[in-house]
Amino acid sequence: MSIKLGVPSKGRLMEKTFDWFGARGVRLSRTGSEREYSGAVEGVGGVDLVLLSAGEIPRELAAGRLHLGVTGTDLIHEKLVQWDQKVEPLAELGFGQADLIVAVPSCWVDVTTLDDLDAAAAAFRAAHGFRMRIATKYHRLVRDYLRRGGVADYQLVDSQGATEGTVKNLTAEAIADITSTGETLRANHLKVLEEEPVLRSQATLFRSRAARLEDGDRQVLRGLTETLGV
Amino acid sequence: MGVSIAEERAEAVRLRARFAEAGAENVDCAILQPAETLLDLYGEDIRARAYVTQDPARGEVMLRPDFTVPVVQMHMQSGAAPSRYTYCGEVFRRQEEHPERASEYFQVGYELFADEAPAQADAEVFALFAETLAPFGLRAVTGDIGILTAAVAGLKTSERRRDALMRHIWRPRRFRALLDRYSGRTPPPPARKALLEAQDAMAGAGPMIGMRSEAEIAARIEALRADAAEGPLCDSQVQLIDTLLAVRETCPYALEHLHDIAVDLPGLLPAVERFERRCEALAARGIDVEALEFEASYGRTSMEYYDGFVFGFLAPQRPDLPPVATGGRYDALTARLGQGRAAPAVGGVIRPGLLLQLEGRA
Repeated sequence: MSIKLGVPSKGRLMEKTFDWFGARGVRLSRTGSEREYSGAVEGVGGVDLVLLSAGEIPRELAAGRLHLGVTGTDLIHEKLVQWDQKVEPLAELGFGQADLIVAVPSCWVDVTTLDDLDAAAAAFRAAHGFRMRIATKYHRLVRDYLRRGGVADYQLVDSQGATEGTVKNLTAEAIADITSTGETLRANHLKVLEEEPVLRSQATLFRSRAARLEDGDRQVLRGLTETLGV
Repeated sequence: MGVSIAEERAEAVRLRARFAEAGAENVDCAILQPAETLLDLYGEDIRARAYVTQDPARGEVMLRPDFTVPVVQMHMQSGAAPSRYTYCGEVFRRQEEHPERASEYFQVGYELFADEAPAQADAEVFALFAETLAPFGLRAVTGDIGILTAAVAGLKTSERRRDALMRHIWRPRRFRALLDRYSGRTPPPPARKALLEAQDAMAGAGPMIGMRSEAEIAARIEALRADAAEGPLCDSQVQLIDTLLAVRETCPYALEHLHDIAVDLPGLLPAVERFERRCEALAARGIDVEALEFEASYGRTSMEYYDGFVFGFLAPQRPDLPPVATGGRYDALTARLGQGRAAPAVGGVIRPGLLLQLEGRA
């Protein structure tokens, strides 16, 4: 009888999450060696810490194998169909802020809006014989955004990393990616469209709507959320 | 409530036999279709609606989302003589937004390829569906995408604007946004103004990267300049489109209304006359045209390959269900798949699974 809390297993996201919980009287820590993914929770009883990749946390929450989890809104929205029926956001943690945006080469002086992008895509297809390529790893979110924005004659090409380099390498004409400061974009001669971003993301504490709760668990969960003030 | 796959298949086979009696030849096609053809036709959006998978040798393939495209391809390859086809089988649709809807279901189709007398062909297909579906108490709705395209083609504006509107006929929101932009209801974005006023548009643009060339950018700026110089699309023209899209009455009244609109938009007349001939042909086949509904905007959001007559049969007692049958004319699709060669065609599909659900209720 315990509830499971999933937290990103590495890096800044893990450290900041530990800090956030620590500031509210719940001490999270890694145990064992540097390489072992196990953790401990002090300050509240009945909670198990599970360390795993931020990208797997949405799936585990949806499956009910985690009761609570910390991950980016972007990953929840991209990976879970009807995400709001599967998880409930309890608190935005105030870090890991990033926007999912569409960016085009800075030299496209004629393109600043989605309307422009659509017009450029139509002309591009006519001139080159294939649909304008937009590199991203957020296929669902970007496709939905472009459909709502009325953009046609484009195709998404998968890019799991170094997405900003795809335009220069001629494997895409534009990109859709997460950015926080825009520095990498500028360094790669790209500019963000002057539109609402596809999504504003930040690290968020989610509760699974699918995880089973025994009677004791319910109390533990209530105690934890009260301690955290969420 | 639940309908088994076996029952659905049996109903599909029964309906197909009916279509065969009406003179159609039985055809079938592969479940795995090359993804490229469908992506080329419908763009990236189809990935949200169809299952795409990877074949080690053939590349991306798609579980057939419908039969129309492969049937048209087969017809074009076989020499494109006038023909009637029928088929039945499962189609597969991803349901990202509505996981409660079926992602795998049967369709029974009837497709008529005829070079002449489109009104007769339209009426033949509609009458066959109306007769087949008569026992189920459905409500029929008709429309005609050709009327809207004729109106756009007849607008008093530049060819560039007409082309842009035509390209977005099937995206009502984008179509509306374009009309608002052209008529000046929406002001141009500030960046556009700055761009057109700039002495050297490329100043401060940074290095040229990517495949879209400087010449392509210059051509677009030129087009934007020409568009700005053209001045706004006349308000009365926008109102004609609005009035036309709002037409929603029984066929005789709709016809009268459209004739009125054609007085101010003469380009509309041939399309209205086609509608009139179709009404006559439908009446000759015993359809109660006086009571048949016509909606000018019907079929604009979900039936993107139809470019003329469109129809649907809905279950009034079950507004939660999708249309039980849909169909229409798709001449442009045959031209695109036939590499220039066209084979005017009209057809439709019934969903036997939905019919069985209705029977279960009765």
